Amino acid sequence: MTGFHKKLWLGLAAMAILSPLGIYLPEKLGAGDAWGEWGSDTLKKMIGYLPAGLEKLADIWKAPVPDYNFGGEGASFGSQALSYIGSAILGVAVVALLLYLISRIVIRHEK
Amino acid sequence: MHIPDGYLSPQTYVPLFGVSACVWTIALRKMKSELSHKHIPYLAMSAAFSFLIMMFNIPIPGGTTGHAVGAGVIAILLGPWAAVLAVSVVLIIQAIIFGDGGITGIGANCFNMAIVMPFVSYWTFRLIRSTENTGARFYIAAFLAGYLGLSVAAVLTGIEFGIQPLIAIGPDGLPLYSPYPLSIAVPVMALEHLALFGVLEGAVTMMVLKYFMKHEPDAVVGMREAS
Repeated sequence: MTGFHKKLWLGLAAMAILSPLGIYLPEKLGAGDAWGEWGSDTLKKMIGYLPAGLEKLADIWKAPVPDYNFGGEGASFGSQALSYIGSAILGVAVVALLLYLISRIVIRHEK
Repeated sequence: MHIPDGYLSPQTYVPLFGVSACVWTIALRKMKSELSHKHIPYLAMSAAFSFLIMMFNIPIPGGTTGHAVGAGVIAILLGPWAAVLAVSVVLIIQAIIFGDGGITGIGANCFNMAIVMPFVSYWTFRLIRSTENTGARFYIAAFLAGYLGLSVAAVLTGIEFGIQPLIAIGPDGLPLYSPYPLSIAVPVMALEHLALFGVLEGAVTMMVLKYFMKHEPDAVVGMREAS
């Protein structure tokens, strides 16, 4: 690992530690879901009904860590923030490892 | 911009999954000829970067949230094909592990953010940069690459949402999937990204590229002549 690589990884680590800003600021400023990413309950409140096809597909998959939150919906902000950092570390580990493995297999030649 | 399960009809998500799958196979082949071993650590880091930057939800006070994707700068640094792979892997993991974006939406979300976006960014950068490697024009090219890449992806997402009431209506006349028409979905997605999230993507693209040009300019694929 070169010095430049180390600096980049440190920058990524700093991003992971600061990531709870991504849930703190929206809450402070009263911003809700991203447009088009509402849960079923929210959508039903917005338009008065739940589209039939959407209802069938909405719960097709149960993600192990929904919303980057290990603690469930009622968790305190502190616990959510720690969950968010934990999710950042888990996500980074998984995607970086996958990219490393795939590119090791795909890229064979030296330049 | 992560379309959840239930918002797209099968008529939309199945073909988009097919398109994305085809592009993935091409991307793997293209990466083989365009990249070398020194790029491998950067590929891993680029996926990490994209994953992390998407966690920074930016609020519109009292409204919605959005985020940058990082696909623009990855496309300039490692080439659009590498960006296709890196951001696709991120989006797939986000859907499977974190429920961010639907399983049925993987094809569509990858098409918008991991395929169209990196190519728009890459071509924008190459077109505007011309032969200049420094100076205002270079940085404007980098900014616009990120800005336009994200904005085009957002408009596409708006179109995919907006066509649902046109193509999938139940017997009772109500939309079966995403209920908002094109006349709402496209302007909302376009405006919030043109006004705010795209500016962030542009700034991030510019800053990260500047940092790479200072430390490892030879690795930057978007700076190669006539690629």
